[in-house]
Amino acid sequence: MVEKTPILDTLTYLLLMLGILVVCFPIIYTIIAATLPMEEVSKVPMPLIPGDQFWVNIQAAWNQGDLGTQLFNSFIMASGITIGKIVVSLLGAFSIVYFDYRFRTVAFVTVFCTLMLPVEVRILPTYEMAANLFGPLQHVWDWLHLNALLSWFTNHDIEVSLDWSLLDSYTGLILPLVASATCTFLFRQFFLTVPEELCEAAKMDGASPMVFFRKILLPLSKTNIAALVVIEFVYGWNQYLWPLLITTNPKMTTAVIGLKNLIPSPEDPPDWHIAMAGALLVMLPPILVVLFMQRWFVKGLVEREK
Amino acid sequence: MLRKRSYFDSKRLPYLLILPQILVTVTFFYWPAVQGLAQSFMLSDPFGLHSRFVLFDNYIRLFKDPLYLRSIVITLTFSASTAALAITTGLFLATLANRILRFKNIIRTFLIWPYAVAPAISGILWLFLLHPSFGVVAIAVKKYLGVDWNPVLRGSDAMVMVILASAWKQVSYNFVFFMAGMQAIPKSLIEAAAMDGAGPFRRFWTITLPLLSPTLFFVTVMNIIFSFFETFGIIHTVTQGGPGGATNILVYKVYQDGFIGLNLGSSSAQSILLMALIITITLLQFKYVEKKVQYTG
Repeated sequence: MVEKTPILDTLTYLLLMLGILVVCFPIIYTIIAATLPMEEVSKVPMPLIPGDQFWVNIQAAWNQGDLGTQLFNSFIMASGITIGKIVVSLLGAFSIVYFDYRFRTVAFVTVFCTLMLPVEVRILPTYEMAANLFGPLQHVWDWLHLNALLSWFTNHDIEVSLDWSLLDSYTGLILPLVASATCTFLFRQFFLTVPEELCEAAKMDGASPMVFFRKILLPLSKTNIAALVVIEFVYGWNQYLWPLLITTNPKMTTAVIGLKNLIPSPEDPPDWHIAMAGALLVMLPPILVVLFMQRWFVKGLVEREK
Repeated sequence: MLRKRSYFDSKRLPYLLILPQILVTVTFFYWPAVQGLAQSFMLSDPFGLHSRFVLFDNYIRLFKDPLYLRSIVITLTFSASTAALAITTGLFLATLANRILRFKNIIRTFLIWPYAVAPAISGILWLFLLHPSFGVVAIAVKKYLGVDWNPVLRGSDAMVMVILASAWKQVSYNFVFFMAGMQAIPKSLIEAAAMDGAGPFRRFWTITLPLLSPTLFFVTVMNIIFSFFETFGIIHTVTQGGPGGATNILVYKVYQDGFIGLNLGSSSAQSILLMALIITITLLQFKYVEKKVQYTG
């Protein structure tokens, strides 16, 4: 760096290599375990030389855990959350930054009060909401005693119950997690840095707001969108508590939840090789996304600080 | 409230554009929050058939409940240790990586991927490493350090296990931020200090660390939020709050009391308390960010 410190430099390299080894050890160990047959994996201690059972174990995990269906569900959920969040927040930020209307401040405050409020702190009421999306309407209905009114009006006993459950559905997995102020906040910050002249020029050329949005704002936001795609895909894929609550049907659950069924309990045969093969399959998609889009991902992550 | 100097005139379009956001926010944030608040003042039977207004009884009961007080202590221990471990490791690795000139991208690639691993899976990996009867690290610790390691039976060991699994996942996040923060420090400052005879360690303490303090603050807040809330998956896959409630952190207790114990009033009161906590943290952070802007501007 600035001065020559050969001893310190060697030490730096050594410590860095050690650090990388420690950070990577869990995954190396998992990969090795996933290649071994059961006799080997249950040896104490497990050998650190890879075996040749990788594909066999992957297949076993795939079939035992119904991973095909669950990986597909995870994919739908993660993409749904990603696309939903980005579309909703792009439009929202555009509205807040590029228009002037009476309830603009109200809208802004309404949305940004929810910044950083994770699902984990409001699980029970959100669950009730998802169990019946028309719950609030039902409340209003009951409160106004409309049943009695309707019965009186028609001379029949009529019970109206408004019911729309999101349990065990893709909508239920996705929609509650689309509500997030973070993306809107990021896009707002970015839109504020876009030069004023662009909007003026567009207006002078007679472009409508939506044309300006599509032809100028969207192309400018490309890097930000790419970064958020990575962050939100990983976020969506790795959700745990919400899918755990909202899905009871194993066909509708996600891979991260389903993986738990592959972990052997003390009574089961120690099928850790299959559990580890399953774990590899489930964590591979988000890891690939992060590694291949590393540049945008790092940019997007660091941007959150601002 | 900032807006562009030049803006579009439209009567209905801006409302239409913000409508989806407002709809999801009201449906899945505000309504549930109001419901939760209302429920926290109610005492209901497990089937939700009858409920009675009890005002602050649920809250008072919580603060008299030794299990809840214990859960607070457990959560504080857990999140302080996780944050401290993840931050120091991340900072240490970033400092090392920043010292060398080459291979920066390769090193980042090797250190970044745990970010993409779900907390629940991180828990599974560490359970496999630290399982008392076949985990390779557990066996090594028993053999060479003579420690009687058993996280399945002993609470303190289980706590160490969930701390390791959580911190491991956060290290890469912290590493990325510290790397970016260090690269933003002007080289000339470091060089000037070196000319004045400050060695690498002195430069770290007197230049790098103070200039990194805004990043450090942000990362600390994010780490605390992570260990308070997002570690649910780790607890659920590794210990289920056990043994004997030794790793029953607050978020896990909300879930246990609400969805397994069906004590809706208490669970809602706990949710509300957590919400209040996170709102406080957010406000504090905003206050700090404002200060930072004044400082630099």
